[in-house]
Amino acid sequence: MGRKLLLQHINAPGINTLQGYRQTGGYAAVKKALKTLSPDDVVEEVKKSGLRGRGGAGFPTGMKWSFLAKPEGVPRYLVCNADESEPGTFKDRYLMTKIPHLLIEGMIVASYALGANTSYIYVRGEMMPQIRILEKAIAEAKNVGLLGKNILGTGYDLELYVQPGGGAYICGEETALLESLEGKRGNPRIKPPFPAIAGLYGCPTVVNNVESIAAVVPIINEGGDEYAKIGIGRSTGTKLISASGNINKPGVYEIELGVPVEEFIYSDEYCGGIANGKRLKAVVAGGSSVPILPANLTLKTINNESRLMSYESLSDGGFATGSMMGSGGFIVFDEDQCIVRNTWNFARFYHHESCGQCSPCREGTGWMEKVLHRLEYGHGKMSDMDLLVDVSKKIEGNTICPLGDAAAWPVASAIRHFRDEFEWHVTNAAEATTRNYGLAHYADPLPKIEKAEA
Amino acid sequence: MKVTIDGITVDVEPGTSILNAARQIGGDIVPPAMCYYSKLEGSGGKCRTCLVKVSKGSEKDPRPMPKLVASCRTTVMDGMEVQNITSPEVIEARKGVVEMLLINHPLDCPVCDQAGECHLQDLGYEHGAAKTRYEFDRRTFEKIDIGDKIQLHMTRCILCYRCVFTADQITNTRLHGILNRGDHSEISTYIEKAVDNDFSGNVIDVCPVGALTDKTFRFKNRVWFTKPVEAHRDCDKCCGKVTLWYKGEDVIRVTGRKDVYGEVEEFICNTCRFDTKKTADWTIEGPRKVSHKSVISANHYETMKPLPVVKTNPLLQEANKEQFERETRL
Repeated sequence: MGRKLLLQHINAPGINTLQGYRQTGGYAAVKKALKTLSPDDVVEEVKKSGLRGRGGAGFPTGMKWSFLAKPEGVPRYLVCNADESEPGTFKDRYLMTKIPHLLIEGMIVASYALGANTSYIYVRGEMMPQIRILEKAIAEAKNVGLLGKNILGTGYDLELYVQPGGGAYICGEETALLESLEGKRGNPRIKPPFPAIAGLYGCPTVVNNVESIAAVVPIINEGGDEYAKIGIGRSTGTKLISASGNINKPGVYEIELGVPVEEFIYSDEYCGGIANGKRLKAVVAGGSSVPILPANLTLKTINNESRLMSYESLSDGGFATGSMMGSGGFIVFDEDQCIVRNTWNFARFYHHESCGQCSPCREGTGWMEKVLHRLEYGHGKMSDMDLLVDVSKKIEGNTICPLGDAAAWPVASAIRHFRDEFEWHVTNAAEATTRNYGLAHYADPLPKIEKAEA
Repeated sequence: MKVTIDGITVDVEPGTSILNAARQIGGDIVPPAMCYYSKLEGSGGKCRTCLVKVSKGSEKDPRPMPKLVASCRTTVMDGMEVQNITSPEVIEARKGVVEMLLINHPLDCPVCDQAGECHLQDLGYEHGAAKTRYEFDRRTFEKIDIGDKIQLHMTRCILCYRCVFTADQITNTRLHGILNRGDHSEISTYIEKAVDNDFSGNVIDVCPVGALTDKTFRFKNRVWFTKPVEAHRDCDKCCGKVTLWYKGEDVIRVTGRKDVYGEVEEFICNTCRFDTKKTADWTIEGPRKVSHKSVISANHYETMKPLPVVKTNPLLQEANKEQFERETRL
């Protein structure tokens, strides 16, 4: 049984209220941080903890905080990115619904560490119930002096606001989020300058994911060193995984980083195995934008080592044979799922969500979507696979924001690993519209190491 | 600050962008720019045609930048080394961008007024493929009139946002913008409201393609049959320095004066652009210098001079009588 830090008391009665949250030891971190630690100490603790951004990129949070520019007389802002809209990821929504005070406590500590007196939680517009829950929780906290002027008599002021999002996936990109928060069209900004120098209203800003901010609470309570003991290597602490797809027990799980993928899928503690006694075909390990992996490469790395749920192990083998931790949206496909259809579905999503600012992403996502649609409905050509790989290469890395990469990776990886299924959709076009390709060789044991040594 | 672009070193002011540093060197190593416009604050970074490779970040931190960067929005560092046309990676990426820009472009150059002075044409000529790999319907839009002098044809638009920045700069209120997102994006017709402004016609000049056209010039003539002449007049609203485009004896179009990168020197007012089209209104300064590579110079005055061999041969002299007369008249 792994340790739980965020979801430990998730089933305690009344945990969504201030009283219930306090009974389980809530707001101890605020007391500890504000009364006994200086802001720099808090940043130091977070640095020691080795906490890495939970929103997808995995950038060390403490490092990000220490990059924040601190010019005199200019306000600094902390913005919480709760615009969770990645297909397959739903951990932040769960956290905000069940235990809103954890996020608010994290926001207070993090704002204190950064010296921000105004902080925002930018929540996806579609999550109206969560916005109400958060606003209620903020009102409760304000009532007892945990927010507002002179928090707990320490002289630290903090106003916390909830902002409903503009309703686009792209607003989850940090600079687009800031634009949207300023009331403009949510187009990503051209970097540099980075938000740490000129972010919200041109002031230094830190944007963090909900889970990263919530994780600050156990870090302060237990100390950074203690937190760093959990996990494996540079992947420290616990991570929320949104498990979905053809598994017996879909849902949000808190894991200690370093759990083997095989255990995560098959143990009763987590996903509980593949539903209906089917066999595993493929896994998208970190939300729709990370590369998809076939069953054999999901459970083992190319060197025939067991693959673990950690930042390093999931990306082992680079893009050729690895994937990414991403935002923790773990989507499992069984043998009855069609990879071509799934890839088309993802491409359709990115086509719909591209902001249209820079040319490769605006035009390329639409192009890929059309080609994949053609393949899925039996009008494809053998040359389409090479075309898709080429188009994805031309998008990847050439765009303003990472949406271009996120659109390119799933397509490129699907063709890399499932090329014969794509080809079967061309050669057996009529059959492909009525039947699935099945598991084929995607779960076969990996070939011996000789290849990897080259 | 010293920056080296494709092996050529140049000294520039701190804060200069890589693109502008390259323009100080000039020649083939200048990256093409479809969306960047030096006179428009905030422009650039969108079209991705100016991508370059930074092979050495700076003297202090010599690490190369991990991705290709948009040269129009990346400032130079001391000792930076940049590769543009010497990097196959950059050329490949640029080809990709040009292909992306062209897949939804109607390629109706034969009926487009911008043909001959279109940046996308130049770009496509230099980097584009002869055949498209795109086998789907291209997106189309209805034509929109922006006031009675300007027409917007979104089908041709490459969404460079230049006109948006222009409208932003000439008016105090935000009247313009982009509607929708992704490949359905279109220039908002709220730009119509900027038409009251005396400088609204400049959106035509900044448009790199034929999406915004001058309705007083539409379908009047191909640009390479017209003769550009520099002229000025006393104008109480703008600098009054323009280029007149003659067809025979008539001024059929007035535009701002554009430099080698297609950027106007100064914005001109609508009175100069649309309402003063008589030679008598203007003080002619002389023929406009047009790059010898441009299709416009096919009919340029200098090259219109009869060849030396014509002057010595009486038979040819007679045949080219008209040209001789025109030369003496001008």
